[in-house]
Amino acid sequence: MQNSPTEPDSSSGLTYIVKNRLHNTLTGIGDASRLIAETIIQIFRPPWQFDLLLKQLLLIGYNSLSVVLVSGFFTGMVLGVQGYIQLKPYAVEGSVAQFVSVSVVTELGPMITAFVLSGRIGASITAELSTMKVTEQIDALEVMGTNPVKYLVVPRFLACSLMLPTLTIFSTFAGIFGGYVAVVTLFDFNGDFFILQVQHHMVTRYVIISLIKATTFGMAIASVGCYKGFSISSAGGAEGVGTATTGSAVTSLISILVLDFVLGATLK
Amino acid sequence: MISIKNVKKAFGKKKVLNGLDLDIPQGETLVIMGRSGCGKSVLLKIIAGLLPVDSGEVWINGTEISHLSKNNLNQIRRKIGMLFQSAALFDSMSVAENVAFMLDQHTKMSKQEMRKIVDEKLALVDLDGAQELRPAELSGGMRKRVGLARALAFNPDIILYDEPTTGLDPVTCTEINELIRGLHEKLEVTSIVVTHDMHSAFSVATLMVMLHEGKQAAYGTPEALINDEDPTLQQFILFGAPDQILNIDNPTLKEFTGRNVS
Repeated sequence: MQNSPTEPDSSSGLTYIVKNRLHNTLTGIGDASRLIAETIIQIFRPPWQFDLLLKQLLLIGYNSLSVVLVSGFFTGMVLGVQGYIQLKPYAVEGSVAQFVSVSVVTELGPMITAFVLSGRIGASITAELSTMKVTEQIDALEVMGTNPVKYLVVPRFLACSLMLPTLTIFSTFAGIFGGYVAVVTLFDFNGDFFILQVQHHMVTRYVIISLIKATTFGMAIASVGCYKGFSISSAGGAEGVGTATTGSAVTSLISILVLDFVLGATLK
Repeated sequence: MISIKNVKKAFGKKKVLNGLDLDIPQGETLVIMGRSGCGKSVLLKIIAGLLPVDSGEVWINGTEISHLSKNNLNQIRRKIGMLFQSAALFDSMSVAENVAFMLDQHTKMSKQEMRKIVDEKLALVDLDGAQELRPAELSGGMRKRVGLARALAFNPDIILYDEPTTGLDPVTCTEINELIRGLHEKLEVTSIVVTHDMHSAFSVATLMVMLHEGKQAAYGTPEALINDEDPTLQQFILFGAPDQILNIDNPTLKEFTGRNVS
């Protein structure tokens, strides 16, 4: 028999809390995996609703472009400045272009784009779906014979998976340009040499790694956003929507960091 | 015909339905009554296929739905319309898009054909001209009407109403009750209404059931239930039903009230 967490025996209370948390975490992982599996099955099942996908592509891609470009540009500037300052004492400041471009392409481009989109898109997906859940709109979809996973999750999952790598390309270019602007204007670095260095050190493998990471982050952001939106109780109300949205942003960020490590270690 | 056979449903340790049996004949309007938490809305969601049963059978027009695959269940659902308590309109769509949703999802109708059906269904609920409004621009009563028009769009055999008059003013309540009664007469559909509102219940019902402790406590026509001497039932009816429909000769009712109901 399980003990209540309010019982005086603190050790058994603690055990109960730990067991309960572990149970909830494992149940959550199981439910999220089921949602992802059903999403992947539904992607390949007709009918395909391209209008819904197009709407999400515009919402996630086009509307996020400016914020991604600005974030990428300033990240590149910071990298350029810090890289130059750190490399100069060793008289290898000429490698700053390699430092900026490789860092931005393999790590910071996909990472910054994913961070921006997890806050902007992941949280908004959760807020929208959880509001639909508490106002019975998802039940209404089901009663009308429409699969909510196909109608709501598939377009968001595909749009995030397609738009993350696309936005990462823009973010990467903005980052390299930011690094270029920083070192050329602040340290009188030779601009032509910077471009030559970037061209020389930019290999296809780095670009492929970047795009694989970005696509995986996109899938993670959509999956977490949709799962958190769907997992709210119908009686959750406004408080539940708020909690789910915050939870979604935090879980997305952690997932991105974990996935970045796993992919970084496996795609060496 | 809808048949509920020995249905059990629990949430954790709380047993909501405890071996419920219920038959709803074709073309009747059944009102489900009972205290909060007695399982009325759960029963409605089970019939709509939104909640699985723990055990028992749910038969809709000769098909047992509790073990159907999602695809087969969706085929059955196309013959069911449901009006949700909050109307559950899609915020991102106009009234016309809401009403046309099922047609858009499940048929290959042209926009003109859909438009014609939308106009017809909105006229049925007295909402001509509201096609281009957004749900946020509608009053509570209008939202329910649009929800009802949407439920009717696919010409269902069965309409489920979850608390159709909750949160509405008395005039709008009466209008919704008349609408439910009118639809029953015009379309000859089977309707199931979950409500706490006894005025609404006695206005629309051709049959009534009262749930108590997860089982059927009383079942019959409104007249039969008014004359029923079951104390739980009479206590429930007494506190909500309009005085003019109460049976003052019912000894149980007299015992509860100690007053002269007229």
